[in-house]
Amino acid sequence: MTAAINLHAIKAIYLFELARTWRTLFQSIAGPVISTSLYFIVFGAAIGSRFTAVEGVSYGAFLVPGLVMMSVLTESVSNASFGIYMPRYSGTIYEVLSAPISAFETVIGYVGAAATKSIILGTLILLTARLFVDFSIAHPFWMVAFLVLTSVTFSLLGFILGIWADGWEKLQIVPLLIVTPLAFLGGSFYSISMLPPFWQKVTLFNPVVYLVSGFRWSFYGTADVPVALSLAMTALFLVICLGVVWWIFRTGYKLKN
Amino acid sequence: MQPIIQVRGLEKTYASGFQALKGIDLDIRRGEIFALLGPNGAGKTTMISIVCGIVRASAGTVTVDGHDIVTDWRAARSLIGLVPQELTTEAFESVWATVSFSRGLFGKPPNPALIERILRDLSLWEKKDSKVIALSGGMKRRVMIAKALSHEPRILFLDEPTAGVDVELRRGMWEMIGRLRESGVTIILTTHYIEEAEEMADTVGVISGGRIILVEKKAALMEQLGQRQLTLQLQSPLPAIPAELSSYPLTLSEDGRKLVYRFDSQHEHTGIATLLRRLGDHGIDFTNLRTEESSLEEIFVSLVRERA
Repeated sequence: MTAAINLHAIKAIYLFELARTWRTLFQSIAGPVISTSLYFIVFGAAIGSRFTAVEGVSYGAFLVPGLVMMSVLTESVSNASFGIYMPRYSGTIYEVLSAPISAFETVIGYVGAAATKSIILGTLILLTARLFVDFSIAHPFWMVAFLVLTSVTFSLLGFILGIWADGWEKLQIVPLLIVTPLAFLGGSFYSISMLPPFWQKVTLFNPVVYLVSGFRWSFYGTADVPVALSLAMTALFLVICLGVVWWIFRTGYKLKN
Repeated sequence: MQPIIQVRGLEKTYASGFQALKGIDLDIRRGEIFALLGPNGAGKTTMISIVCGIVRASAGTVTVDGHDIVTDWRAARSLIGLVPQELTTEAFESVWATVSFSRGLFGKPPNPALIERILRDLSLWEKKDSKVIALSGGMKRRVMIAKALSHEPRILFLDEPTAGVDVELRRGMWEMIGRLRESGVTIILTTHYIEEAEEMADTVGVISGGRIILVEKKAALMEQLGQRQLTLQLQSPLPAIPAELSSYPLTLSEDGRKLVYRFDSQHEHTGIATLLRRLGDHGIDFTNLRTEESSLEEIFVSLVRERA
């Protein structure tokens, strides 16, 4: 008798991927936490004290949501891409392909593990930040919602990247040339109202702006763009990523020849 | 009884334009050991990969215990364990973790007692906590077999199972495969070691250039195509085969001490009796004589050459 959904397989992949996190704990959790702490020390505590408050929030506190978002989305991409690229590279993917497991279940396992890791990471960064600056969370429910949505969406993006890449270089190049610049220019360090009008328009093409803005709204109730728009854009991005993943498995792109 | 694997009109053309399979029809009987022989690039691995769901067929159908591998893939794949040719293992996982992972992946609840038994059977128990990367090639191969067995498959595919495994371990592996068969598992193996097929297989299939050339019970194959030869060790060296005996298919060794006679063991009159009398007539004495059957390897080589 075969079950309609292979829960054991989802669990196996999920736990296997999380085990990889524990094995490389320092690299995957401690690294981002430490580097984010450095941002707080430099921009929040040291330089930030010279800055005026942004939209009524001290600069150090203003940074918190943006920095959490930045770490979460870059780590989601790199984690999820590595998680699926590694078995492709080593050849162990044969086992997943030959197993009685659907595309959907595979994605839940891999992306779920990567997103879980990002959520843990985001939470740890928030706790670390509390040591350096004082901040409050106005809408905890939406804070968690944005954190989860972003983690899942960018883990999906990472999964796609890990399937598209056919070399280590390609695997590195997208985070380096696209994700990191978008994250830096996505309003993590500034409010887009601080930009000249022309760049305010340009920056609206950056999806990260909507994530950071929405996430910051959940903390302080102020946002660069309406929060409904943030939510809609995040959901749109999620749907696009899901569509691409669906296409990948339907066509067997780079997985089956 | 319905065959456990039924392949019909299976074709595969890769994106590069290379046609690896050109219409394969094959039945594999329940509970047998089926050896698939063929030169490199004959399509062995492609065929296995299609049955296991790793490669998509261009045309044709495959059913596994009645389940179509495309429309009823979940049921079909649950029954199959695959040990691929390449040594591909998770490097940094422990043996125990990677084997348990495989069981979960195939939808089975954890069963530590079973995993323990498999690891003990494969002499891997002492290494259960070692990282896979720290193991020797032969051990990695056995880890892959353990992974394939972890979910209690009814059908086991072994693609070149004993490549890179030393002779003693190979014996052990053969014994294990024999035990699996006794427990009712159907085993399909591809191999370069003809002796492996000769030792274990019930049925032999020969594939060459993407086509099945022949499928035959091993014993029947050896009988049908088996040439026998009679080797006579001569008492004193012979300068040449006497002209009167030229009608016999005889060959003389270079030192003139060995005379080889080829005959068909299936034929009613093998001609041995008359040959020996004629030798006696010519005063050719021999100190020893022995007969041999041609090995599967010789049969195989001649088959592939014939059809090429």
